[in-house]
Amino acid sequence: MKAIVSVVGKDKRGIIARVSGALFEMDVNVEDISQTLMQDYFTMIMMVDLSESKLKFIEISDRLNELGKEIGVEIRIQSEAIFQTMHKI
Amino acid sequence: MISINEVLETNRMVKAQHLDVRTITMGISLLDCVADSVEETCRRIYNKVIAKAGRLVEVGEEIACETGIPIVNKRVSVTPVSIITAATGGAVEVAKTLDRCAKEIGVDFIGGYSALVQKGMTPYEEEFIKSIPEALACTDRVCSSINVGSTKAGINMDAVRLMGKVIKKAAFLTRDKGSIGCAKLVVFANAVEDNPFMAGAFHGVGEKDVVINVGVSGPGVVKAALEHVKGDLTEVAETIKKVAYKITRVGQFVAEEASRRLGANFGIVDLSLAPTPVMGDSVAHILEEIGLESVGGCGTTACLALLNDAVKKGGIMATSHVGGLSGAFIPVSEDIGMINAAEKGVLKIEKLEAMTAICSVGLDMIAVPGDTTEEVLSGLIADEAAIGVVNNKTTAVRVIPVYGKQSGSVDFGGLLGKAPIMPICNSDCTKFVSRGGRIPAPVWANKN
Repeated sequence: MKAIVSVVGKDKRGIIARVSGALFEMDVNVEDISQTLMQDYFTMIMMVDLSESKLKFIEISDRLNELGKEIGVEIRIQSEAIFQTMHKI
Repeated sequence: MISINEVLETNRMVKAQHLDVRTITMGISLLDCVADSVEETCRRIYNKVIAKAGRLVEVGEEIACETGIPIVNKRVSVTPVSIITAATGGAVEVAKTLDRCAKEIGVDFIGGYSALVQKGMTPYEEEFIKSIPEALACTDRVCSSINVGSTKAGINMDAVRLMGKVIKKAAFLTRDKGSIGCAKLVVFANAVEDNPFMAGAFHGVGEKDVVINVGVSGPGVVKAALEHVKGDLTEVAETIKKVAYKITRVGQFVAEEASRRLGANFGIVDLSLAPTPVMGDSVAHILEEIGLESVGGCGTTACLALLNDAVKKGGIMATSHVGGLSGAFIPVSEDIGMINAAEKGVLKIEKLEAMTAICSVGLDMIAVPGDTTEEVLSGLIADEAAIGVVNNKTTAVRVIPVYGKQSGSVDFGGLLGKAPIMPICNSDCTKFVSRGGRIPAPVWANKN
């Protein structure tokens, strides 16, 4: 399953490193990254592939939420299909 | 690749504007549960509902987790119980079984304590309708609906008269809970067989065995989009269409996924704007954003017509099968903007009646004084049915004559919300209602 990880929060050092690290530990492969700064806010989306991971979607989601709290940013993971469905004809 | 803005837009809709899927409703046919005795029928119903819908809540939560979009309600609708118990009687026993099923699988409502009597009532249907107050009083989650008219058949005024009585009795039997029985009882004209929304959902006899119907929502998203529109009403309509498209795509996705995971058939997506009592989730506030000081004032019906039409136009392309009621809902107690307007006295029943001519569905969740007579209630139902029958659309009445209360409000809590008791014209219509019989179908019903 493909998913989109979105990270939004105040910019600081190490956000990409820590999110990528957590994904690596969960055997989630990062396929594409797009990142920008919007009014001092760090905004990143990562396209990831969950097919190698042994964890359930909710476990990955919970781990990323926890990490978000540790770093002080908001991290969400959502099925890529919902964005394709909503935004592409 | 999806763009950052698309991801942020979706998540903003969910977090700030209450985008959600209002309900996944599983329709289950009970036709194969009919047995020689009501006890055996109940046993079969229990086994079938648990087998088919046992994972409904779990799957709904799974999809919500994966998409990040809340799915507020998971519900079940069944074949009209009047058909299932036609030979054996014992409909109240079936209601109790359905209530037990709902509690066991964790759904908040189960619909289908219903009868379709638009042309006439059989003796067992009449007996069934008389059992509704008791069925609603002795269960917590069972919802009931009766179809009393259709464009093809006209209006069954004998059933309309009986429903006035039934509503009053349901109000009395559930008086210790603000007459909540009436909040779970809908009187329809032109009822649809694939409606996912309660309290009026039932699983039509023309449907497959197990079907998933999804009701979308998102009045907050529409209002937020309109906040940036400075242009004319064409621009307003265009903006609503675009938002409705996106909202409905979510419904389509959820319906497809839920059907696949539950081994059920994809039924329809109901293109609806369904409000909840929380701030930022109000249909009334959309109308006010278009330019009204308050919903209920002059201009309300026109704004609602624009909204309703634009929602359909945007939604139709977004889903493979449109169905249910599809339109903006205007349940008074479930919409903070409607509640405020009714409390101020700006929104009146007469205006709501006009609004029902151009939107889905009808006079919905309206509390009236407890001393309103059964004949006046029947007159109200007849008026609303006439609007539906003549305009070839679904209309409904879900009215609560709050026992022992003449003014103030009644708070049902949760999604049913708080209903201000609205004044109703008490001019007597007993002679009209007592005539009984059938109001003939309108001339344009004869299309063949």
